[in-house]
Amino acid sequence: MKALMFGWEFPPHILGGLGTASYGLTRGMALQPDMDITFVIPKPWGDEDQSFLKIVGACNTPIVWRDVDYNYVKNRLGEKMSPEEYYKLRDNIYADFSYRGVNDLGCIEFSGRYPDNLLEEINNYSIVAGVIARAESFDVIHAHDWLTYPAGIHAKQISGKPMVIHVHATDYDRSRGNVNPEVYAIEKNGMDFADHIITVSNLTRNTVIEKYHQDPSKVTTVHNAVEPLSQDIVSIQDKRGVKDKVVTFLGRITMQKGPEYFVEAAAKVLEKADNVRFVMAGSGDMMNQMVRLAASRNISDRFHFTGFMKGKQVYEVLKSSDVYVMPSVSEPFGISPLEAMQCGVPSIISKQSGCAEILDYAVKVDYWDIEAMADAIYGIITYPAMYQFLKEEGKKEVDNIKWEYAGQKVRRIYDQVMNK
Amino acid sequence: MKTICFYFQIHQPFRLKRYRFFDIGNDHYYYDDFSNEEIIRRIAEKCYIPANRTILDMIKSSGGKFKVAFSISGTAIEQMEIYAPEVIDSFKELAATGNVEFLAETYSHSLASLADKEEFKDQIRMHKEKIHSLFGVTPKVFRNTELIYSDTISEWVYKAGFKGMITEGAKHVLGWKSPNYLYTSKVQPLLKLLLKNDRFSEDISDRFNNYAWNEYPLTADKFISWIAETPPEQQIINLFMNYEVLGSYHPAESGIFDFFKALPRFAAEKEIGFILPSEAFNLLKPVDSISVPYPMSWVDEERDCSAWLGNLLQQEAFTKLKEIVERVRLCEDRRIRQDWNYLQSSDHFYYMSTKHMGGGVFSPYDNPYEAFNNYMNVLSDFILRVEAQYPTSIENEELNSLLTTIKNQGLEIESLKKELDKFKKNETVTEVKKGKK
Repeated sequence: MKALMFGWEFPPHILGGLGTASYGLTRGMALQPDMDITFVIPKPWGDEDQSFLKIVGACNTPIVWRDVDYNYVKNRLGEKMSPEEYYKLRDNIYADFSYRGVNDLGCIEFSGRYPDNLLEEINNYSIVAGVIARAESFDVIHAHDWLTYPAGIHAKQISGKPMVIHVHATDYDRSRGNVNPEVYAIEKNGMDFADHIITVSNLTRNTVIEKYHQDPSKVTTVHNAVEPLSQDIVSIQDKRGVKDKVVTFLGRITMQKGPEYFVEAAAKVLEKADNVRFVMAGSGDMMNQMVRLAASRNISDRFHFTGFMKGKQVYEVLKSSDVYVMPSVSEPFGISPLEAMQCGVPSIISKQSGCAEILDYAVKVDYWDIEAMADAIYGIITYPAMYQFLKEEGKKEVDNIKWEYAGQKVRRIYDQVMNK
Repeated sequence: MKTICFYFQIHQPFRLKRYRFFDIGNDHYYYDDFSNEEIIRRIAEKCYIPANRTILDMIKSSGGKFKVAFSISGTAIEQMEIYAPEVIDSFKELAATGNVEFLAETYSHSLASLADKEEFKDQIRMHKEKIHSLFGVTPKVFRNTELIYSDTISEWVYKAGFKGMITEGAKHVLGWKSPNYLYTSKVQPLLKLLLKNDRFSEDISDRFNNYAWNEYPLTADKFISWIAETPPEQQIINLFMNYEVLGSYHPAESGIFDFFKALPRFAAEKEIGFILPSEAFNLLKPVDSISVPYPMSWVDEERDCSAWLGNLLQQEAFTKLKEIVERVRLCEDRRIRQDWNYLQSSDHFYYMSTKHMGGGVFSPYDNPYEAFNNYMNVLSDFILRVEAQYPTSIENEELNSLLTTIKNQGLEIESLKKELDKFKKNETVTEVKKGKK
């Protein structure tokens, strides 16, 4: 079984949860002995883990014929792609794209991020997908998130192979309902063309069925999982210098994540308790607004902002926390509470997040219910029994949520679409 | 005879380093030594040293007629002592001429005048002591941070022992009145005031190097003739500005030093003299009193305190600082006292200003929010240190009475000991006497 996957991010260079999920899922699937995965991303950095799959960089795939010699290609691409691979792809250029801006190897440049000209980058990505789909042989196409749907559709039209799309988020989640029509059109188109749709939670499944008008029998939920923590993360020490309890919010400070409810709950807790500090880790377009909100609630001496966190820093923050709060207004899945629970941090999550469907040992509140949130925070920091219980049971629970199982579910969907 | 009163403000804060949440409780050193050193060295080279040399030359070549007043904040002096001691030496040289007056202010260029009387007096005392120890003179005239002034402040300043104060001549306060006279405070008639002449001061400080100004280039000849043209009964022209106008705001190439050098000669031609603030308070008679119910300053078009306490962030930070003032006053730990002073510099609040978003404000931070977060993290750590000495579970009054009790008990023990010693002595004496019998 060979799968051609289209993704946008892959560790270690990730910008959000999409990269983490792509990595976990492919790793879990690679445990199946007959599974062969080719993973396309816009811009590989050369330090990705390729032990269990093959990574193809869209920015290294030629779409215009260039007569370049072997050593030159080897020099230019280094670790990212072998010259043989390059020549194989070059043999499959299907149209004259010389009017588009390409470099000395005949490739389009990609930022690999979420730039302002994202729609153009998405379009370029699907042009490149045409070359890759001709050069590679595969049984099924798997496209992760809306950015890659056009590429998936293109590949499907060329190869006639079935396409599965993986909905990690919809624009309804990102915008609290005010969808961008262009994004919606791409998402809808992708879902219409797909042979099967995988959603990361029932919450997202409902959105896909109701807002994108998909046939329920075509939509299956496969919940995300977490990778076990590596040894160097387990060994990170609690570095906090204060004796107070620390309550953490970690993520992009944007509308979707509900940061204002966290600030309001913090103000309520601080009315009753003075042995607690709140940390808002991350950055985003609502950060300044949150700084102001904390100041207007007179809690700035106990409410701290850390700015953007990445890689190990994330775990350093978690290891120094007593409570993790994710008050997301609409979260398709939300992998971060699982990571917090792996670190033994009791978590409070909103009922409007997908991970609430599979977690029993986390406190669940409505995102808007700041009193319930404050109550839960106060309980965990005040009553040691509650803290211990959630810490231990939560860790046990989350250690049993494995990508391997998620991978098997995806495999069953592959089998199903191929036998149609 | 008309006179010109020159006054220069010199201040540098101890800028804070990037202080993260994780540093709270772990790291108690808050200052960015590298940038503090870099900035003071740069300004010393471009401004303080050449400007001091120019003024010394002017005093000598004018035969002692040229006079200036300085106020140097305590934090600026400390940084000069550490990073640019030659600047201190050149100020000592200026002080020795007798034509230079040093004014008193709050030690760290703080906003204490808007918050707490005791703290305000305390900081003035510290500053006076610092000036005295360096230059051997005790300041007699007061100058508040960025010329902040209000009726309440005038009362406090008088109570702190000053007869004269210099401040801003804001349009919204003066109205039709001219700043070129001596005034008194409405609520404290014994406190005399010198008011900044905005137009003439800013001709030098803001417009001197402005190509678009219709009077560009400004020459000493022209400038003095403007002053000479003011009505003859107006006796004193107060030119107050930041010292960095010389060489730093206006680079040496702009001709600012030569402009200053030429001033005494043209002033002498028009029979205009120079005067020190303390002399002006002795010689001139006040013509009227002014009332300033709301604080004013010399900053921005509004001439108020909104540059430091205008937005929510600044008010929050300032409130948190005010909340611990009584606690800190109880502390005797020297490092806590020192950090307390450094954290009060008005600059920290200025960096949080959102009045000129995207330019205008000189700040070591990318934006006001970052300035706020960094300051609050540092302040949180500072509060923890103060609390470690005196826990918040005890009320201030209770703590105070406990401390006095301890102190009184100590005194009592000492006096009782003395008494005991006396009796012991007496006893030995009587024993000796008895023995003799």
